[in-house]
Amino acid sequence: MNQLLMAGLLFTPLAWAALCLLLDFRRGCWLSWLGMLIQVLVSLSLWFAVASSGGFFYALAGWEAPLGIALRVDGLAVTFVLLTAAVATACGLHAGVYLDARKPWQRYFWPLFWFLWAGLNGVWLGADVFNLYVGLELISLAAVGLVALGGEAAALRAALRYLFAALLGSLAYLLGVALLYGRFGTLSLAGIDGLLEGRDPAAAVAVMLMLAGLALKTALFPLHGWLPPAHGIAKSPVSALLSGLVVKASFYIAARLWLELGDRLGSQLLAQGIGMLGAAAVVWGSWLAFRQTHLKQVVAYSSVAQIGYLFLLFPLSYAVAEPVSLLAQQGITLQVISHALAKAAMFLAAGNLILSVRSNRVDALGGVSHFLPFSLFSFGLAGVSLMGLPPTGGFAAKWLLLQASLASGQWWWVAVLLLGGVLAAAYVFRIYRATFAEDSDSDDFFHPPKSMEAIPMILALLALGLGLVAEPVLSVLALPFEVPVDVAAVAVQP
Amino acid sequence: MSPELVYALAGVGLCGIGVSGFLLLSHLLRRLLAFNLIGSGTFLVLVGLAQHRGVPDPVPQALVLTGIVVAIAATALAVVLIRRYFHLTGRTSLAEDGDGRS
Repeated sequence: MNQLLMAGLLFTPLAWAALCLLLDFRRGCWLSWLGMLIQVLVSLSLWFAVASSGGFFYALAGWEAPLGIALRVDGLAVTFVLLTAAVATACGLHAGVYLDARKPWQRYFWPLFWFLWAGLNGVWLGADVFNLYVGLELISLAAVGLVALGGEAAALRAALRYLFAALLGSLAYLLGVALLYGRFGTLSLAGIDGLLEGRDPAAAVAVMLMLAGLALKTALFPLHGWLPPAHGIAKSPVSALLSGLVVKASFYIAARLWLELGDRLGSQLLAQGIGMLGAAAVVWGSWLAFRQTHLKQVVAYSSVAQIGYLFLLFPLSYAVAEPVSLLAQQGITLQVISHALAKAAMFLAAGNLILSVRSNRVDALGGVSHFLPFSLFSFGLAGVSLMGLPPTGGFAAKWLLLQASLASGQWWWVAVLLLGGVLAAAYVFRIYRATFAEDSDSDDFFHPPKSMEAIPMILALLALGLGLVAEPVLSVLALPFEVPVDVAAVAVQP
Repeated sequence: MSPELVYALAGVGLCGIGVSGFLLLSHLLRRLLAFNLIGSGTFLVLVGLAQHRGVPDPVPQALVLTGIVVAIAATALAVVLIRRYFHLTGRTSLAEDGDGRS
């Protein structure tokens, strides 16, 4: 049963990518809706399978590591697979209506969309550092293609900036992989973990390189310069995918590296330093979000800020008691999930607002509150989750991080959490103020179809409801994962 | 100095040249070439360092093959984007000037 599910999960996106390449936009759209249905069903069944009988290792096509592809299917991975299915399906459904089918190049949306999905699933499940690299590159190349889909010069410039940043990040990561393989003769994360004894300068350099590359790809302050242009200029469903899921993939790898190897290769200085950069991202990103004149730039800079919170994982899990580290990990996981849902909702709602007023400018939104209250409400609900007000997922995440900060005596992160929430409120309310302005004499608004208004609302409600179901979600994440003896043996062989 | 260390150091040197080119040059094609240079340096480190156990190791060869495929795909995508960008704007760099819209 699990074999079939895994095959479905990994094979469907690749097969659909190839099939959609042969079809025009409309037919690709119908085919993709079928594919999304399959992916959602498979992801749900896999989640229930793991929730009921625990995680397992899976060797793709029966080929064992190191030449085969070993996949690690645990509670965290299946939760992210399910999250990907939810967010990508929402974006796909929205894109089917939103994108202009008359432009011939739009048909490339579907192949790129499916390649992106395949890469994401590969990263969540990857068990060795090299296949994580391949997954990352698949994601980057598909994401750059999606940004360039707009076709105009500004979109191409943003896509090229994004591509160069992503490639530099990937190569830094790959150089780290090369050094790790030269040092340990294995690529499996669990194997390296087993072979690493005490402090090891060569391995430390390798992991530093990998973390630096991943930080660039995750757009950690001050390496975030490429993100706002790319996420701002892309079509709204694409922005939602990029902000919701793509930046999380590189963070996920960084977090796994840190949690497996950081206790021996990291240092208090490094952990606090990364945390400080995250804190700077929260403050600076929120402030810039507040200052932007274009709606989607506001949402994009808000992503820079929200990504900053994720990096608080590093100081809150280094050299602290086990329960505190667990609290921090749970908080960060909830932050990833709630931000993915809320930010996708926000970008899709912003797309509806822009479609309605035919302008990307914040000051052009005046009066839209009468015409598109539903989309505006979705935007606000997602904003509530970003601010971290109860009962949203954002609140549950920040509450756990708050407890972890206090329990480990690092009270300064509490200030960051509070300030970030206040600044988020400031930039969300600024948009609201603009939409209620009555000074605009334009009443020529376009009404997007109802289905496009419903999708961001569903995502925003999921982000809202996450705070209420945080307990069961976290219990699946905490499922014990036993490393089978034979896999451990394979991992250690040179 | 053992041969595998020579390979690895040469690879690191190539990476250094590539990174400085990547950061200092503004012409898009030159930056793309610099990226390819970093890639080659990385592959040299990957193959070179792994040979120090005395027996030939097939794993890095397989990894480098995969890496080359990825690098070709990335280069092809970059060339297409650069070409289209040049056709639309007539520029060969990303630097924004007076009328730059973003």
